[in-house]
Amino acid sequence: MPLITYRTALNQALAEEILRDENVVIIGEEVAQYNGAYKVTEGLWERFGDKRVVDAPISEAGFIGMGIGASMLGIRPVMELMFWSFAYVAWDQIINNAGQVRYMSGGLINCPIVIRGPANGGTNVGATHSHTPENFIANTPGLKVVCPATAYDAKGLMKAAIRDNDPVCFMENTLLYGESWEVPEEEYVIPLGVADIKRAGTDVSLIAHGRAVLTALKAAEILEADHGIHAEVLDLRSIRPLDEEAVLATVRKTHRAVLVDENKPFCGVSAQIAATIQEKAFDDLDAPVQRVCTLDAPSIYSPALEPIQLPTPERVVIKALDIC
Amino acid sequence: MSETKTAATEPVDYARAEINSALGAAEKIRFFSEMLRIRRFEQTALKYYNQGKMGGFLHLYIGQEAVALGTVSLMGKNDHVITAYRDHGHALAVGMDMKACMAELLGKATGCSRGKGGSMHYFAPDKNYWGGHGIVAGQTPLGLGLAYGVKYKGLKGCCLCFLGDGAVNQGSYHESLNLAALWKLPVIYVIENNQYSMGTSMERSSAMRNCLAERAEGYGIAWDVANGEDFYEVRAKTWNAIRRAHDESLPFVLEVDTYRYYGHSVADANAKKYRSADEIEHYKTHHDPIRLWRKRLVDEKVLTEESADEIDAAVKQEVAEAAQFALDSEDPAPETIFEDVYWEVDNQTEVGQTGRHFFGD
Ligand SMILES: Cc1ncc(C[n+]2csc(CCOP(=O)(O)OP(=O)(O)O)c2C)c(N)n1
Ligand SMILES: [Mg+2]
Repeated sequence: MPLITYRTALNQALAEEILRDENVVIIGEEVAQYNGAYKVTEGLWERFGDKRVVDAPISEAGFIGMGIGASMLGIRPVMELMFWSFAYVAWDQIINNAGQVRYMSGGLINCPIVIRGPANGGTNVGATHSHTPENFIANTPGLKVVCPATAYDAKGLMKAAIRDNDPVCFMENTLLYGESWEVPEEEYVIPLGVADIKRAGTDVSLIAHGRAVLTALKAAEILEADHGIHAEVLDLRSIRPLDEEAVLATVRKTHRAVLVDENKPFCGVSAQIAATIQEKAFDDLDAPVQRVCTLDAPSIYSPALEPIQLPTPERVVIKALDIC
Repeated sequence: MSETKTAATEPVDYARAEINSALGAAEKIRFFSEMLRIRRFEQTALKYYNQGKMGGFLHLYIGQEAVALGTVSLMGKNDHVITAYRDHGHALAVGMDMKACMAELLGKATGCSRGKGGSMHYFAPDKNYWGGHGIVAGQTPLGLGLAYGVKYKGLKGCCLCFLGDGAVNQGSYHESLNLAALWKLPVIYVIENNQYSMGTSMERSSAMRNCLAERAEGYGIAWDVANGEDFYEVRAKTWNAIRRAHDESLPFVLEVDTYRYYGHSVADANAKKYRSADEIEHYKTHHDPIRLWRKRLVDEKVLTEESADEIDAAVKQEVAEAAQFALDSEDPAPETIFEDVYWEVDNQTEVGQTGRHFFGD
């Protein structure tokens, strides 16, 4: 299988969907002539032209709202936010319009739109540029949210997101764009709402999404090598819909869980996972559920400190050792 | 400058404008030195960025210095400034400590924001400097609010709110213009038109072809366009706006034509793709605001080439000291991550100790 980057995987998914469905259009700042601020859309404008790949001015509320409106007519816009942190400018459009119009119309309308872009800390860009709003989105029934951790998942989930008939918020990670994974050449689609065991184990479940999955995998290696503990790593992949069964199954198998989450702890994704586990697998637990989140403050700039604000493998190991 | 853009029809010598003719030699020389301080500071910052000593983004202001200094040089006690992420020029122009500014870039505890904000997020309320904002046009309603506050308190002052040619396309800016006109707020929007928002030229982002300030017409706000390479012109036209704000509490939109020599940020890999190397060279050679100001002062016999070189040497020395200070400073302590989040907690007030404010371990 060819090794390709997370960025190329997304690029391939976009190109394939543009070819497959004439209603797919890519819109965003610098996506066309500049090739994308993070080069996810590289070459697409040259290949598919002005109609399918559109540069927008810095008017997120306007163009995201426009995409939502167009999706009501059956267009399938894939909107790029240069950073998910800039979504707040368009928040009303995303939450109130994309999120509520189906319900308020009694099911008469649906919005097959994808809003995508990076949502991560860890690059010293400061508090305004380091938001991870997957928990906010997941708190809004009507919206879907996915956070792929690998190139393979990014490609398969992107194709599913574009074909989905509901609004899907797709959260990438600038620290992953350049990382490579094996990705098959044949077409595949990964359904939303299906988690994936990234490493099998028996002693403790490390449950994560997005880049935190890689942190969990590193922690699992340390636990194995230094402590003889076999950790299982479950990648949620999709936050809403959520693969609750997979969460419960891994906990029933290992009886212990450490949740690794780049959200801030208060009402973060891991808070929902913890609630689910205690409600539905309480009797299977041999220890309290533990969490490792981003330290609870705005994202600090200082390059010396930001790395310790995010979850680290070391913090995960400590939490795992506490309960194993 | 295309003639369709400016209201003035005949070439005007802005040196003769009242606000400029009153300037003494010492002040003119100080402006030269201040602009050089901005440039040399950023050149050193660029070096550290390339050496990996700082993280994140670095948006250089090099080429635009006359805009920050020309406008800020007119500020009085009750005048305020707010800008976007390309903020080093305005910060140094208002008199922020160069050492603290450099230390902030390196994320040190001695930085102006204690290493918390970085290059895009400088603040100095004691200098009436309210940031340093990372979200495009996010500062435009805040600038309106500073003007509102000044008026509310019954003070004679205004807010200079800077934004880019790309930022004018944000809704928050337009909402601000309407409110400014409706409530007669003394805010001056200074559009620093450096011709590009990242890789997008004005032609590809603005429906209105002529100029950006003209949009103010739609809100009944007075506007003008200034040539940003002419320090005297920037000052003369800004002063006109400030006077209206002070005397009549009226908003103004001033578009200043300028140019950035470097990429959008230093990480901009396409900096020489969406515009030609010749275009950049042309601006550096013929339109450099510092070079033109220096020449002007030499022509006016305010400055000699030798004294200009001496000033430059002194500025370089100051920047080197600031850099050394930043390098020698300590990183912030890990526990400071949780400081500066809530005023009540930092100040250990009663409410700051009621209930839990922080979560996690
Ligand atoms: C809401 C929002 N959208 C997008 C960005 C990314 N971004 C930062 S600066 C910039 C270009 C702004 O250009 P302009 O307003 O002309 O200012 P300049 O950078 O030229 O000073 C973009 C797209 C952002 N920071 N905030
Ligand atoms: Mg610009």
